[in-house]
Amino acid sequence: MTPNSSTNDVADSPGPVTTDNVAAAPEAEAPPIRATAWDIARTFNEISLSSFGGGLSAWSREMVVARRKWMNDAEFLSAMTICRILPGANQVNLAVFVGTKLNGLRGAGAALAGLIAMPTLLLVGIAALYAAFQHSHVVQHVLDGFAAAAVAMTLQMVWKTGRTTLTSIVPIILFALTFALNGILRWPLWWTLAVTAPLGIGWAWRRAHRKAAVKSAGAAS
Amino acid sequence: MTLMLALQLCSVFGITSLLAFGGGNAVIPQFEQQTVSVYHWLTAQQFTDSFAIAQAAPGPSTLIVSLLGYRAGGIWGALIATAAMVVPTGLIVYGLAKVWDRGHGDKPFRHALQDGLAPITVGLILAGGVVVARQAESHWLQVAMTVVATIVLCATKINPLIVAVCCGFAGYLLGA
Repeated sequence: MTPNSSTNDVADSPGPVTTDNVAAAPEAEAPPIRATAWDIARTFNEISLSSFGGGLSAWSREMVVARRKWMNDAEFLSAMTICRILPGANQVNLAVFVGTKLNGLRGAGAALAGLIAMPTLLLVGIAALYAAFQHSHVVQHVLDGFAAAAVAMTLQMVWKTGRTTLTSIVPIILFALTFALNGILRWPLWWTLAVTAPLGIGWAWRRAHRKAAVKSAGAAS
Repeated sequence: MTLMLALQLCSVFGITSLLAFGGGNAVIPQFEQQTVSVYHWLTAQQFTDSFAIAQAAPGPSTLIVSLLGYRAGGIWGALIATAAMVVPTGLIVYGLAKVWDRGHGDKPFRHALQDGLAPITVGLILAGGVVVARQAESHWLQVAMTVVATIVLCATKINPLIVAVCCGFAGYLLGA
């Protein structure tokens, strides 16, 4: 394999030579597909307004990967992973990440504005109406119904993500411990994370090392 | 909108956003504690209603912060709370997105971080749901509605908006 084959993952090939190449001759890299700030803002506005009652990540993929072809699936999924690791709202982070890749700081701002400007105004309008009608029994009962649906959506998310992540005894214990501390004992988030995060990361770290050891043992034999 | 209130909004939402590992829903209990018990910007019932509105409305459900900010300080409260929630973490993501493609993609620590935090995140999301449910559901009919809606959502690929509208209508019928 030639070190500088014409694939677009130049950055993945080893050695400082690549870094120099990128710095000295950025045109050698596959040119990133760029978009205007207006186009980015419009697209994320459309994503946001389509996501009545949830499904925002599915809509993001539909628009960014399938329709606009701004990223391929692998790029998009790895971006989602990064945004899950970082603090903050996942969908907001994802919009900023995609915007940054397309058009730097302007793109990030455009994606963020597109995603939240209209929904924020809508919500403030709804909140003003709610303040006027909150003592109406009918409105209160309809909202109780919405609350039941919102809790159901949260439980569905637990179900969906739990099926893929709670696959052995240690993650199940971590899950239960976190829930007990934060949900039942009502510990603040940082106390809860101070206890559970080191346990979780330590467990995953050791597991990865064990896997690597098994792999290298297998390769040696 | 006093300067004091603006600073309180910035600290509550700005600091909490930086601790929101696993998305906005993971910090719902934290928001509830701060806005209801500590600062008394709204009642527990109003918080639960805000959660329901933000979930059903289009856009990221993390925009519940706009509603909480609105309760605390009107339209400016809403804008400050929203900015405090998205700008600090947005800057972090921007910085990381800039450097991400320079061959740092497969560090083992990143995998350990993700795998280790995933089950914790699921626990935090469940805690958020239970905290909201405990305040909202005084009536057994509402508990039953939540159970049915959860089963429907888990077992089918129905648009959640349809479920939300059905639940709202059922609530209307039960109250009438």
